[in-house]
Amino acid sequence: MGARFRMLPDWRVWHRVEKEWVVSEERSGANILVESLAKQGVEFVFGYPGGAVLPIYDALFGEERIRHILVRHEAGAAHAAEGYARSTGKPGVVLVTSGPGATNAMTGIADAFLDSIPLVVITGQVPTALIGSDAFQEADTVGISRHCTKHNYLVKDPADLAAVVDEAFQIATTGRPGPVLIDIPKDVQIAMAAWSDAPPQRRQRYAPRTQGASEEIEQAVEMIAGARAPILYTGGGVINSGPRATALLRELQKKTGAPVTSTLMGLGAFPADNPDWLGMLGMHGTYEANMAMNQSDLIVCVGARFDDRVTGRLDAFAPNSRKIHIDIDRSSINKTVPVDLPIIGDCAQVLEQILDVWGDRKAQDLTGWKGRIDTWRERKSLSFPANADAIMPQLAIERLFELTKDKDPIISTEVGQHQMWAAQHFHFFSPNKWLTSGGLGTMGYGLPAAIGAQLGNPDSLVIDVAGDASIQMNIQELGTATQYRLPVKIFILNNEWMGMVRQWQELTYESRYSNSYSDSLPDFVKLAEAYGWKGIRIAKESELDAGIQAMIDYPGPVIVDCCVHNEANCFPMIPSGAAHTEMILYGDTVAGTMDDEAKALV
Amino acid sequence: MMHIKHEAEERHVLTVTVDNEAGILAKIAGLFTARGYNIDSLTVADITENHAVSRITIVTHGPPSQIDQIHAQLERLVPVHKVVDLTESGPFVQRELALIKVAGMGEKRVEALRIADVFRAKPVDTSTSSFIFELTGAPDKIDTFVAIMRELGLVEVGRTGVVGMIRGAEEA
Repeated sequence: MGARFRMLPDWRVWHRVEKEWVVSEERSGANILVESLAKQGVEFVFGYPGGAVLPIYDALFGEERIRHILVRHEAGAAHAAEGYARSTGKPGVVLVTSGPGATNAMTGIADAFLDSIPLVVITGQVPTALIGSDAFQEADTVGISRHCTKHNYLVKDPADLAAVVDEAFQIATTGRPGPVLIDIPKDVQIAMAAWSDAPPQRRQRYAPRTQGASEEIEQAVEMIAGARAPILYTGGGVINSGPRATALLRELQKKTGAPVTSTLMGLGAFPADNPDWLGMLGMHGTYEANMAMNQSDLIVCVGARFDDRVTGRLDAFAPNSRKIHIDIDRSSINKTVPVDLPIIGDCAQVLEQILDVWGDRKAQDLTGWKGRIDTWRERKSLSFPANADAIMPQLAIERLFELTKDKDPIISTEVGQHQMWAAQHFHFFSPNKWLTSGGLGTMGYGLPAAIGAQLGNPDSLVIDVAGDASIQMNIQELGTATQYRLPVKIFILNNEWMGMVRQWQELTYESRYSNSYSDSLPDFVKLAEAYGWKGIRIAKESELDAGIQAMIDYPGPVIVDCCVHNEANCFPMIPSGAAHTEMILYGDTVAGTMDDEAKALV
Repeated sequence: MMHIKHEAEERHVLTVTVDNEAGILAKIAGLFTARGYNIDSLTVADITENHAVSRITIVTHGPPSQIDQIHAQLERLVPVHKVVDLTESGPFVQRELALIKVAGMGEKRVEALRIADVFRAKPVDTSTSSFIFELTGAPDKIDTFVAIMRELGLVEVGRTGVVGMIRGAEEA
């Protein structure tokens, strides 16, 4: 090991903490890591062992403060940590080995980066002396994760570990949350360094701005008070900011009377039964939400980022509105849409500042504006045709909502049509109940996320709304739920297609269904049984309610294979390259092709 | 038919003060590639006695909205303390050092030495048939000198890239 570290058994040494000599013991890097995690209040570590993390796994052996959840694939570990984080508001912790362990986890890390989910990811690395030698299970984890983590570290001395872990948690959970990765070579896990129970000494270099400037707040209040057609456009930032932001958003809405729409990531911040709720906006948002955005004179964007799925064609996006953008990340401002008033700060703090300045002001009379919104509502953009022969997937979600809403369930999803139908037809009333991969759009997210959420919320009903294609992407995690006796439910809308791919091929490639058919599907009921789950098949509309009820009533994990209409499409829809006003609703003619400019858009 | 469109671009000089930690240069250079930004030149050296802080000068070009994003994205990196867009913040000095090797005999050799004198370029190496000139100045001065030397037997050019600083008493 050379002179760099002393690799001795438990050895008490004197060392200096702020000019005071104190006695402390030496501990291995692995031990310091586990102590540091326990100090952060970590309850669960989602991981998978391997050669380069064996010292850490040994340190976890018999550890009572931290429970290790053994997943079946490292991508599952990262998504489960995301589900835990998103549903509890606490950071998720992942532990995987070097090389393939780290690269397998990377999808979940990238997912957390785009959706601003706080994760601390510990990866093993080959011993320091072998780094760069193409050693067994070596990958440049720090290099690979550079642009999909908020920050990352390669720790080369166990004496740095306590401070690194402390800073990693601060970075992951404050400012705009995100994943932070700590790569620890195996020798650093084994080598000894001084350990003390005192908080680690480190520089405070990360201090994101959380308060809005007072002149910005006053200007915002004036703009809101003067608006005749305002709209609150809220996003995942409100959820990330914590329950206080949700409460303050509702208060601001009450005082101003402004209608509210939300991005996919922000669902739950505003209750779906409020008369001023417009539903989700964007590509598969409601007609009223998109028309109101387009026709508004003021958009107050709270913790959202004008994503391309929200704006549609940029040059036609809300052409006559002024825009206020509240965001904790300066780089979100003016990234795609130029705004009139940026306010950099934490959603809760800025909303509180706005409410303070608002005081007892009277809102404008918005009757005219709301009258116009009502005419858009009358289009009933979420309606869908009844079908006597097959279960409409939208109906299946509606029934799932009706039969579970009293239990205040947590819903996770995979990615595709079923995700959009769940966003449209399941309704949310509080934050942290809706777990979905919005930014990265990761198929295979929902099942592990549901597992993480169930661990963090043992008494909640947790349902993964899935598609037949997506669910197969992390199907191995069925075993994880079995092992830890987690009663998660999977509700598969089985249409035997990668439905969203098929829908786009129908719209833009003259129905040339290249590789979008789900051939050779497993028998999901038998698969459930093989893993010790209960399997339920719903084949007819008459079985729908009973099947859902049987799923709810069963105390353990259940897969429901809900066979739905094979060709139903997800509407309303703003086609690629179109404006908010050019929505396609059910019944419009949609088959055809598109010009290259539209095809080239994501 | 679709064709790729190009927007009007501006040249900006940015200085970035960073923690001098392993991988920070890769983080910054990688940020530019990952988000499709341009690097015209990049210089880096530590500037504190204890080697804790480095100053990076980046010359980039792009549409104004992209320059603003570059600024914001750089600030987002945890080890970055400060980003200053010199081009935005007013008059600033920019200097670059170049080594220029010229080979030739007779009249051309004399002319090269004479022009080097006009540009205040210093010969730092000489043989009977060549010079290496050291030249410091703004990038366009070096461009001009190199262009002239091309006619007089230019062999090789090495440039450091720009280092810049705001004029006046204030720290940027």
